[in-house]
Amino acid sequence: MGEEVKLFRTWSSPFALRIVWALKIKGIEYETVFEDLSNKSPLLLQYNPVHKKVPILVHNGRPIAESLVILEYIDETWKQGPLLPKDPYERAMARFWAKFGDDKVLTSIWSVFIKQGKEQEEALVATMENLKFLEEEMKGKKFFGGERIGYVDLALGCLANLISIFEEIVGLKIVDEEKLPLFYSWMQNFAEAPIIRDNWPPRDKMIVKFQALLDAAIASSSSS
Amino acid sequence: MADDIILLDFWPSMFGMRVKIALAEKDLKYEYREEDLRNKSPLLLEMNPVHKKIPVLIHHGKPICESQIIVEYIDEVWKDKSPLLPSDPYERAQARFWADYVDKKIFELGRKIWTTKGEDQEAAKKELIGCLKILEGELGEKPFFSGENFGFVDVSLVTFSCWFYAYERFGNFSIEAECPKLIAWTKRCMQKESVSSSLADPFKICGFVVLLRKKFGIE
Repeated sequence: MGEEVKLFRTWSSPFALRIVWALKIKGIEYETVFEDLSNKSPLLLQYNPVHKKVPILVHNGRPIAESLVILEYIDETWKQGPLLPKDPYERAMARFWAKFGDDKVLTSIWSVFIKQGKEQEEALVATMENLKFLEEEMKGKKFFGGERIGYVDLALGCLANLISIFEEIVGLKIVDEEKLPLFYSWMQNFAEAPIIRDNWPPRDKMIVKFQALLDAAIASSSSS
Repeated sequence: MADDIILLDFWPSMFGMRVKIALAEKDLKYEYREEDLRNKSPLLLEMNPVHKKIPVLIHHGKPICESQIIVEYIDEVWKDKSPLLPSDPYERAQARFWADYVDKKIFELGRKIWTTKGEDQEAAKKELIGCLKILEGELGEKPFFSGENFGFVDVSLVTFSCWFYAYERFGNFSIEAECPKLIAWTKRCMQKESVSSSLADPFKICGFVVLLRKKFGIE
């Protein structure tokens, strides 16, 4: 009985990357369906009518949406290469850090990228405070998951690529190796890990995409 | 002392109420500590240095933060009694998806209703009703969100029901008129002791909102 696994994604979505990594780490065969978000397919709208977003995992015809929900589904369905720890307290901590990444870290780093002037300065301060918590969490570990890449690494992993892209476009240092040595090493180790390093979206395309987003943001804020 | 559980909470918080329901569902004894959010205790700041928020569950001296995460933790540790999440991975994913939906939408929209006026308030009302209708659709004809048994999504959403009176009063609308099946579901949940003993009195919540509006200078 074949397993049919499809992943609906865009080429650049950091949330979809989490799912690509998880599927590849577990050695799960799947088919990719690339979506154009300016022209969403009927299938996307059918599989995720509530949010109309990607990524969506479709397993044997049944859709699951929201990347962290999908990660937990993958971990519970395919037991090889476990992403979450077994101990309930460790699992709660992993979920906490993944949520912290989404709610606070990504948000503050995005603000550093997209804002200017005082707002950007404030975002940098907030980012530093947020990353200090992650720095603390890395003590004595190679990855957030320990010796192996785990759920938190996948949840935060897009930062290992996005941060350097943002730094290049905006000309600002977001992660200083001296101030955040453990987090900096984690970014290097994660970005170059097998499977992870083979699946980054093309850097030149990312730079073009994000530069365009920044230009549009600056244009709309100066014309208002 | 039996299970060595402390809950740091603030009585009007719909997030703290989720934890109270989960603890009650599992029949657990715990120490309840009320926090004054204008004067946070050293324990709260030590146990939740990242967010400095309630609820915080402290089990054997170790803190767990974020209400959905706490509820999952309680469900995993005390797994033999009244399971809140289903056992099937697909059903679990659906439950997590809908609990996440509640988190993304209901609190912010509710807050906008009692903190804004005019067009902003009308937009928030319309959007809240839209979201509650989507949830009502997901509930369908089932007694609870995952079927016959009270579960994770019910816990996530029902705690907002004691805030509905405040939303209705300041937004000047009726949630029951728009979403009768959802209100019927809240009453069904309230028949459970774990829920009725954990939710705050809607009139007290409304009084609390009156005080907050004064504090924020909303009129």
